[in-house]
Amino acid sequence: MKPSLFVARSKAIAARGLGPETMVMSATNSTLFTLNEVASVIWRSIDGTTPLWEIVAREVCANYDVALDVALEDAEAVVRGLAQHGILILSEKPIPVAIGSSRADQ
Amino acid sequence: MSSLAIGMVGKALKRNIPLSVQLDLTYRCNERCIHCYLDHNDHGEMTTAEIKDLLDQMADAGVFYLTLSGGEILTRRDFFGILEHARLRTFCIKLKTNGVLIRKLEADRIKTLGVESVQISIYSHRHEVHDAITKRPGSLRRSIEAVRLLREQGLHVIMANVLMSQNVNDYRGVRELAGELGAQFIVDPTITPMMDGDRSILDLNVDEAALQEVFRNEALVGNVEEFCTPPQGADEDALDMLPCSAGHTACYVSPYGDVYPCVQFPLPSGNVRRTKFADIWRDSPQLKEVRSITLRDMPSCSRCIHGGTCTRCPGLAYLEGNMRGPSVQDCEKSYARTGIASENLKSKKAAALTVPILQLVQIQIQGSGPSAPRLSSDVSGSVPEVRVTC
Repeated sequence: MKPSLFVARSKAIAARGLGPETMVMSATNSTLFTLNEVASVIWRSIDGTTPLWEIVAREVCANYDVALDVALEDAEAVVRGLAQHGILILSEKPIPVAIGSSRADQ
Repeated sequence: MSSLAIGMVGKALKRNIPLSVQLDLTYRCNERCIHCYLDHNDHGEMTTAEIKDLLDQMADAGVFYLTLSGGEILTRRDFFGILEHARLRTFCIKLKTNGVLIRKLEADRIKTLGVESVQISIYSHRHEVHDAITKRPGSLRRSIEAVRLLREQGLHVIMANVLMSQNVNDYRGVRELAGELGAQFIVDPTITPMMDGDRSILDLNVDEAALQEVFRNEALVGNVEEFCTPPQGADEDALDMLPCSAGHTACYVSPYGDVYPCVQFPLPSGNVRRTKFADIWRDSPQLKEVRSITLRDMPSCSRCIHGGTCTRCPGLAYLEGNMRGPSVQDCEKSYARTGIASENLKSKKAAALTVPILQLVQIQIQGSGPSAPRLSSDVSGSVPEVRVTC
């Protein structure tokens, strides 16, 4: 069984909801991303302490017609991509709130 | 701007979201630049609490790009507290400063707080020229040191070179300096009127020949042929174009809480001390009027051959008296780019040619004596004034 993945937002990021989407920018290299509606749902639920599979099960699978393993694979690809740009912090252990952003601005 | 960012602007426009705000924290400044458009006296700046509350309101309204400017932002003792709050609300933060008050400690904090870019005004690579413009001896040395410290932190630094008659030949030197320091270089050949409408500082603007030289410098404008290509006039699509982002996806807030469409467009549209930011953005009659204007609504510009390609600034037009009218400074830029006069320049030239050298103006003269004149002929210009009794 794969270990749980915990995700927190970095401090040095810009993020804002724009309708159902979310704009996210890394302050370190000014790369801009947009998250679609489903990715935005995950983004808003990221808190460093809830495992990613639980967020996906609760926020995605409960509201969209998609199997957990499929949705989780997609979600992991997205968060790993954002982590490469310093926008997210990933860990196999819960991440203290102080490390990530303390507000879930949308 | 990336295609993704352009796409986001389009989505913000459809949803009436103020994607971008410039917030001036203060008009106080430690320099006294000869071309500055601000009154540096403090007429009641917003407090720290007011600014933090405004930042909360702006984040909730959807503001993403936040430019903190002034005056000199670091003259506010609470600057880093404000910056920390802006970071907490996850804005994309850009700073505009002269850098004079930035030392290693400040550069470290700016880096820690995830600022996207810092723009520093550099007028010349020559100390005597820069310091004469800022009226502060030693200011270029301090500003360059700030650029160096910020670059050491890996920050994106922009050296902004405003051109005026005093430094018109120095942009190559500033560009070279920016290259040495690893900073981005931008040049702006436009001096704008004071916010109170005083146009006297426009005398500092560079002349037509200098403007033409700037517009034909590949290092500054990219593809010169494309940049200076003759205009084709405005087609139907162009007539429905919006003039710029001012009031559409962007606005400006002064240190006193006044909201304007843009820092260069001082049309009072509300005050955040009396009305919530989102309510001003959504309901202000002034912003609604600005949003209603397309090229089609501009009598002179819609007929102008430059209509589809002109960089017309509605704020400069407003400062000339009509936000639907042309802006002479932009007409002059279009002419310098292409060698083709705009409708506005043509009509001004025609008007100048038709003004009679001697104009007869009827004036009621005070006085009742039998010899008092009843009509006078006023002569303008350098011709000695002549009064003719009829």
